Amino acid sequence: MIEVKNLHKAFDGDEVLKGISSRFEKGKTNLIIGRSGSGKTVLLKSILGLYDVDSGEIWYNDLNFTETNERDRKKLRQEIGMVFQGGALFDSISVEENVRFPLDMFTTMTYGEKQNRVEFCLDHVNIEKKAFKLNPSEISGGMQKRVAIARAIALNPKYLFCDEPNSGLDPETATVIDKLIQSLTKEFQMTTIINTHDMNSVIEIGESVLFISNGEKEWVGTKNEILNSENKKLNDFIFANKLYAQLKKGEK
Amino acid sequence: MGFFFHVGRYFLMLKRVFAKPEKHKMYIKQLFHEIDNLGVNSVGIVVIISIFIGGIMTIQYAYSMANPLYPTTLIGLGTRDTLLLEFSSTILALILAGKIGSNITSEIGTMRVTEQIDSLEIMGVNSTSYLILPKVIAVVFIFPFLYILSVFFGLLGGLVTGSLAGVITMQQYLEGIQWLFIPYYVTFSIIKMFVFGFLVASVPAYFGYYVHGGALEVGKASTKAVVNTNILILFFDLILTRLLLT
Repeated sequence: MIEVKNLHKAFDGDEVLKGISSRFEKGKTNLIIGRSGSGKTVLLKSILGLYDVDSGEIWYNDLNFTETNERDRKKLRQEIGMVFQGGALFDSISVEENVRFPLDMFTTMTYGEKQNRVEFCLDHVNIEKKAFKLNPSEISGGMQKRVAIARAIALNPKYLFCDEPNSGLDPETATVIDKLIQSLTKEFQMTTIINTHDMNSVIEIGESVLFISNGEKEWVGTKNEILNSENKKLNDFIFANKLYAQLKKGEK
Repeated sequence: MGFFFHVGRYFLMLKRVFAKPEKHKMYIKQLFHEIDNLGVNSVGIVVIISIFIGGIMTIQYAYSMANPLYPTTLIGLGTRDTLLLEFSSTILALILAGKIGSNITSEIGTMRVTEQIDSLEIMGVNSTSYLILPKVIAVVFIFPFLYILSVFFGLLGGLVTGSLAGVITMQQYLEGIQWLFIPYYVTFSIIKMFVFGFLVASVPAYFGYYVHGGALEVGKASTKAVVNTNILILFFDLILTRLLLT
């Protein structure tokens, strides 16, 4: 479980996070949604410690992350997997070396054990063996995202973060990625936080949805509740796409 | 204020660069990769430039000393001392700042804008140390070898060009390059190469590591890195020459 309490963050006097509090449950796909520039990425990067918050608390289970020293943070980070918007795979090494990298860096496993783990992770995200030796630039965007997910789960993390994991993907591949993240979350009982503005993802895997607007928490609920919400800002966000307006009315 | 901000941040970066590595084996693997990428891959350009400059200098010395009162051995001596003291150290470092420096800035800068550095940090890797330390050690290690290579091929270029152009015989040239040889010049230049190697790796790494934006900013950072490295090389050349040679 991850909990944030009253988070504030400003850049050059411009307040991006204005006292956000929320709880992200274990074994669930927790989505953060909002318009571009609403503060989603800043919130995610603050939870990860890539930005130091101005005030507020971030709790990883019983650990107050905002009060930990650099050494403890490093330790915690080995329990975190992250899937970046662009994949962020290391482009000078192959697909399997990318997945093996955290194992090489942080474990004392033998080469054979590491290779087994790499194959296990890549197999879980449906990457064929023939792609193992290719460089990231030689595979498609969807495959890059799946390799990024494989690398994120290599160390068997407790927490998984995804920043717009299906941006730039076709709807079919995007759904595959969404389902994959959800199934891995259930299988490995991770606390997963996904940053997105894709309503298809919300409807597919939004077990817990946090809607933020202009740096403030506007609404929290589930995918089943979201279409019937009375929150005006949320409705403006969702029903910008007419398909969801039709869904609300029960039209096909 | 901007100058002090950059100097301060550069030294803070260096503090992180020399922190204890997470896993020595991974750093050593990276070090060998960088020696090959930054050092061995620079041998070709060093050899070509040194041969040409050695040849050109020999012809120019012969031209400016076309006086029967000057001994012909001065041509070889002039070529040798210029190579030993300035060309194969300072000028070579300026050239390599362009090649190696822009390579380092664009590589690290691209990793920054594509979030690969964030990815390392989230894994718990000290990205500053992992990305920069092997480059610094590799360049500092390889620079003295490149200096020796440059002197050798520069002298060879002078020998071949001088005799082919008919401005000096091989015998006279070989006598000249051995005449009044001061071994300390080599020691002095190797000390300079250690300093220049550190600058050529660390300054461009700084500009790449702190780049913000996209491809355009990476390009601008590369240019800034090369310009600043060149200025620093000349500045330290002046300081070291004053301290060690006079």
